[in-house]
Amino acid sequence: MCGIVGLFLKDKSLEPQLGALLSEMLVTMTDRGPDSAGIAIYGGGNKGHAKVTIQSANPDTDFKGLDAELGKKIGAKVSSTVKSTHAVLDVPTEKVAEARAALAELRPNVRIMGAGEAIEIYKEVGLPIEVVKRFDVASMGGSHGIGHTRMATESAVTTLGAHPFSTGPDQCLVHNGSLSNHNNLRRELIRDGMRFETENDTEVAAAYLSSKIAHGQNLGEALESSLNDLDGFFTFVVGTKNGFGVVRDPISCKPAVMAETDQYVAFGSEYRALANLPGIEDAKVWEPEPSTVYFWEH
Amino acid sequence: MHSTNLATAPLHQANYAPKTFDLSKITLREFNQALHEVKDAAAESNWEVLNPKGSHAVAVGAEHAISIDVQGSVGYYCGGMNQNSTITVHGSAGPGVGENMMSGTIIVKGDASQYAGATGRGGLLVIEGNASSRCGISMKGINIVVRGNIGHMSAFMAQSGNLVVLGDAGDALGDSIYEARLFVRGSVKSLGADCIKKEMRPEHIAILKDLLDRAGISDVKPEEFSRYGSARTLYNFNIDNADAY
Repeated sequence: MCGIVGLFLKDKSLEPQLGALLSEMLVTMTDRGPDSAGIAIYGGGNKGHAKVTIQSANPDTDFKGLDAELGKKIGAKVSSTVKSTHAVLDVPTEKVAEARAALAELRPNVRIMGAGEAIEIYKEVGLPIEVVKRFDVASMGGSHGIGHTRMATESAVTTLGAHPFSTGPDQCLVHNGSLSNHNNLRRELIRDGMRFETENDTEVAAAYLSSKIAHGQNLGEALESSLNDLDGFFTFVVGTKNGFGVVRDPISCKPAVMAETDQYVAFGSEYRALANLPGIEDAKVWEPEPSTVYFWEH
Repeated sequence: MHSTNLATAPLHQANYAPKTFDLSKITLREFNQALHEVKDAAAESNWEVLNPKGSHAVAVGAEHAISIDVQGSVGYYCGGMNQNSTITVHGSAGPGVGENMMSGTIIVKGDASQYAGATGRGGLLVIEGNASSRCGISMKGINIVVRGNIGHMSAFMAQSGNLVVLGDAGDALGDSIYEARLFVRGSVKSLGADCIKKEMRPEHIAILKDLLDRAGISDVKPEEFSRYGSARTLYNFNIDNADAY
């Protein structure tokens, strides 16, 4: 199984509530995926500044003094906001690659969850309710966000095996299903220069899309390509800096329900996840068609 | 032929208040258990479920001739294994509505998700909106009437019963079908293996007329439909195909 939720706000007045709405949607999907949970939330951000979300099993020691040390190493001002096992580092956008390299040296046990001007990613092992409380997701605002509750099939239940996966700037992907050609595809992508943190099939899908985008495709085209190159079951929800997309494999046995009003576009693995959204009674509710790419952008 | 318009005819006298179950106040188990404890169906025939909010397994295993109105949308397997009851979902239904139903009637006012009426053995399932993929998969005697469209791989390995679609059918309709009858008024995107178009004979018009009437549909004519069914070429092992196994 696995549960997916997504919310793309059209009405700016709802932005302060994004985290609260997503948290409730995510917790509703607990029985589809009680192993681990995660969210990617897009918002805030200052032009020229990137947010690098990092994770550590020993946050007290790893995060202590990191912003100053990292700032000194890359020659830029770095600030950090710690949330439990995660921290968001604010670094100049042009210094992200340098910061990644410096982090590997300064704190080899720290993992980078994702980076970009708008994205923050939080994911941990445990029940979704514990995960959203740990990071206080309900207090977060933003323009759009994606969440996932995991019932593991293809790789171990670990923090890094939780979704969302981010393999490119401001990009993330969550997945319900299982891919059968991910090992071959991973080898091809490694030859192409992509790097992997896990044995997980979804990370391959995320890297596949990032690779296509790096080769000049837009997200819509990359999702179209995935329909030819990925073998297996998938309902994907992807996030970019400004947008939110959905695609399902041709068989489409993994469930998906969408709702749209003047205020938002919402995704849920089940209608239950959408049942408490404002104005849902009058929303257009439908199931996304198989092999069809859906995309919304601000 | 027996002909009762179940979708529109009031089956119960509304001269007393319905038994109401508010799923925001009681558990689903309490409601579904109450369905088994009916002593006199005629005396308590009018039931209502509030705040389903996409709950799974609403009114599964109902077995008495009562009428259940579900006020809102439901999740997986609503009305599964139904016998005798008339269940009306005033909203949309998740995957597997009416799965393995035996008799009675289920009416979905909105859309139905994948595998509606799967393996159903009897009764009537009416979907007033669209049904998604695999509608009527492995149906074994159920009658399904869909006012809108149906998705891909519908009636896969369908064995008996009737599937009536007023709109269009998706890809691979009736793949590996046995003896079920498929009536489609609109277009069929593609037919599955061993499913072919067949002639409409007077007995098929009669079957359709009865089903449309029972589903409360009076604005289309049986003559507007095409019939599809099994070419029966997969029934017996063909030695020329031995290499495929």
